[in-house]
Amino acid sequence: MTWNNNVEITDALVKEHGLSDDEYALCLKILGRTPTLTELGIFSVMWSEHCSYKSSKKHLKTLPTKAPWVIHGPGENAGVIDIGDNQAIIFKMESHNHPSYIEPYQGAATGVGGILRDVFTMGARPIANMNALRFGSPDHAKTKHLLSGVVEGIGGYGNCVGVPTVGGETNFHPSYDGNILVNAMNVGLADQDKIFLSAAAGIGNPVIYVGSKTGRDGIHGATMASAEFTEDTEEKRPTVQVGDPFTEKLLIEACLELMSTDMVVAIQDMGAAGLTSSSVEMASGGGVGFDFNLDMIPQREEGMTPYEMMLSESQERMLIVLKPGREAEAKAIFDKWDLDFAVIGKITETGNLTLRFKGEVVADIPTQPLADNSPEYDRPWVKTPARAFLKPEDVAAPADMKQALLKMIGSPDLCSRDWIWQQYDHQVMADTIQKPGGDAAVVRVHGTEKAVAISTDCTPRYCYADPVEGGKQAVVETWRNLTAVGATPLAITDCLNFGNPERPEIMGQFVGCIEGMKEACIILDYPVVSGNVSLYNETNGTGIHPTPAIGGVGLFTDSSKMVTIAPQKEGEVLILVGETKGHLGVSLYLDIMEGREEGAPPPVDLLLEKKNGDFVRAQINAENIAACHDISDGGLYVALAEMAMASEMGMAVTLDYENVPQHAFAFGEDQARYILSVPADKADAILSKAKAEGVVCANIGRVGGKDFEVNGMSSISVSELLTTHQGWMKDYMGLE
Amino acid sequence: MKSAVIVFPASNCDRDMIVALEKITGHKPHIIWHQDEEIPDADLIALPGGFSFGDYLRCGAMAARSPAIQKVIEHANRGGNVIGICNGFQVLTETGLLPGALMRNKSLKFICKDVNLKVENNDTAFTNAYGQGQVITIPMAHHDGNYFADDETLKELEDDGRIAFRYVDKAGQATAEANPNGSRNNIAGIINRRKNILGMMPHPERLIEDAQGGIDGLGFFESMINAIN
Repeated sequence: MTWNNNVEITDALVKEHGLSDDEYALCLKILGRTPTLTELGIFSVMWSEHCSYKSSKKHLKTLPTKAPWVIHGPGENAGVIDIGDNQAIIFKMESHNHPSYIEPYQGAATGVGGILRDVFTMGARPIANMNALRFGSPDHAKTKHLLSGVVEGIGGYGNCVGVPTVGGETNFHPSYDGNILVNAMNVGLADQDKIFLSAAAGIGNPVIYVGSKTGRDGIHGATMASAEFTEDTEEKRPTVQVGDPFTEKLLIEACLELMSTDMVVAIQDMGAAGLTSSSVEMASGGGVGFDFNLDMIPQREEGMTPYEMMLSESQERMLIVLKPGREAEAKAIFDKWDLDFAVIGKITETGNLTLRFKGEVVADIPTQPLADNSPEYDRPWVKTPARAFLKPEDVAAPADMKQALLKMIGSPDLCSRDWIWQQYDHQVMADTIQKPGGDAAVVRVHGTEKAVAISTDCTPRYCYADPVEGGKQAVVETWRNLTAVGATPLAITDCLNFGNPERPEIMGQFVGCIEGMKEACIILDYPVVSGNVSLYNETNGTGIHPTPAIGGVGLFTDSSKMVTIAPQKEGEVLILVGETKGHLGVSLYLDIMEGREEGAPPPVDLLLEKKNGDFVRAQINAENIAACHDISDGGLYVALAEMAMASEMGMAVTLDYENVPQHAFAFGEDQARYILSVPADKADAILSKAKAEGVVCANIGRVGGKDFEVNGMSSISVSELLTTHQGWMKDYMGLE
Repeated sequence: MKSAVIVFPASNCDRDMIVALEKITGHKPHIIWHQDEEIPDADLIALPGGFSFGDYLRCGAMAARSPAIQKVIEHANRGGNVIGICNGFQVLTETGLLPGALMRNKSLKFICKDVNLKVENNDTAFTNAYGQGQVITIPMAHHDGNYFADDETLKELEDDGRIAFRYVDKAGQATAEANPNGSRNNIAGIINRRKNILGMMPHPERLIEDAQGGIDGLGFFESMINAIN
């Protein structure tokens, strides 16, 4: 087949490229003529939902993004926060949902690769990977295969590049049966005076391509990520990219080596929409043009067309603007690391992206209008109808509390995730001081006393029931998890996974979650510094539960203050912080024990969250606390059991549950609560301090022995708890 | 003790090894790029963990043919000490400096967790700071650590006290349950006939400070200081 750049642009061809009539009219206006095929492809990917945020940006703009410690908020490759001593933490979370459903190993692996590049392209050394994963029902025919492939893909990539995968979250729900979520987060460390941005500058400066060669993989990946799944989704396998973590590792080292010199003017990774989006962002960001000779692009396959080169999503590639005359010096670095290095063009003052191929100009697009005039939609939305609160009395008590607790901790959503995180090298770099399984992962800032705490959270069943409260709760839960290890929460990244925004009820979920997130971020002084939106997570017209996954980052100035969820010594006193009203609406108890997902989620009182959390953190920082655990999914008894299992010590707890039925007190998911384990001689002082500050606290028992004894329930040995907790996933995945 | 760490493309525990050696010996190790053809005078050469050349071929096979490895072999043949951790152990078996091979884990999965190791022979340059039979906890993180050697080689290793570490349970028993990867005889680490080369899959360099969860890895480095200084 001969390739014809000047093929007639028919309505059908425009439609095939996912451009609406209005969008195509705008394209014609920007160009002042009919586009070439290459240009049509470029407009198509740049204005895809995935790259342009056309449905979401109106609402994203309302999120708080500023704080004195925010150096760069949304708009750069990743968010940057100040952690003192001229150091910065750079982080972002991003989705790779559609590719992971089609090809779980490569989809998840390249998700990790992509987020790593977003972080190191800014000059940071990646120091931790996290993730947030949602799978369909365990009974669904594909779930086991997808879980196995995704976990292996995340591990396969992260382990090879040598960045520890320190934690994450994994949930199962039938709404993800046909559309799993794979959200990967990376956190990097940089010096503040060595942060690199993407805006190109310097007329005549050389533009360099480095990394892997360009192949035909992933062409139109961004467009795929912007459409619903249908029965023929499997046919889209060729649009999934293939990862090469070895090359990524070399690319990290080579780029960091290059960035340690003064040669780099601007740098940008080639992510979604590959060379197109990277070059348009760099050129439009700097108000300059690029003139590329596509014949210079390192190519993996023969006979690639400009269209294919511009739309390829081949992985492990970067675009760099160098200072003039430094090409040979830079090339030597990439030669050492055995990576391709090609001067593909230069910066011009035209403001256009000019592409030459075999001596002919195949595209010539003004970048500013392409980037700035991308469509923005105010899509119609309807508010999610409010649900009635479910009274504790309306939920039956279990026949046997002990069996209920065992069923809960052995359920897919609450069981041990050892099987998952043992496949991740969570210790490489030797700075992981809190491993997966606690409230937040903690990695040291290498060579300092500082450490960074990270947590990813979202409770989609809350978001589905009440998007505003669910949005708040997702933000709050990360804040609480960071607090529970003793860190000061600083900022978040978000990965907003929703269904088809063209449906008003889905758009209503999106608007509601953003509203809730906004309120929480403001009250907690916890801004959004980066993020990603993934829409059209639907299969055959059914949307996923709204899932605004939040990745929170907190700081320790002295990492020795950190605590875990494991009580340290027999005789420690257990203190319950916060009020328990027995809120069972859309709780895991209701789901697991009764198969119901009814009622309103627990309300989030942001001021109360702040008061209780600040109290807990101050006590941890004063070194009064031996262990701390936040209470979330599954409620109080599950949290207590998790502490017992982590310490392999029993506990004796006596609760005063007054007017609340015992099962509601035990498994209700009321917010703003923590359990502290404190040395016996410090308990009274903590309780009186709490009283003075108006924080509800109660002494509920002691750590010790081999049994888990809570009043009104038959005693359970810690070993039985552990066996039950560790059983489900291993059995499910078919291990001995 | 003067040391050198060889860095291959996609070595990724090189920094951890460098940090541990500097912290414990008080001297910064020489860092040797795999293409370097000279290694400065060193008492110890360390081959770190990682995924040299992506492990796209047999683990360690490409690295074993690097120019720097020729110098490592010469150093070993002169009686110099060599350690290979994880990917480094795989490289040592690929060069033939240590017998046997590291196959894919029995579960076919990458496994990262703390394991109990029994010090099987504390009369070596790498284990003398531990007690004979002491059980220590060291993290492992690998996909291909399933140690295999033929019966004759195994017998020789066992008879000559060349098993340095074995995977055991908390009580020190080398049970099947305590074997994380299917290694024959629960072998986690071995030494060569001349007793100047050690290879092991677990990572002692990851457990040298309380903050990392323990200090059981310190004895490994202290042993070498005892033997070499």
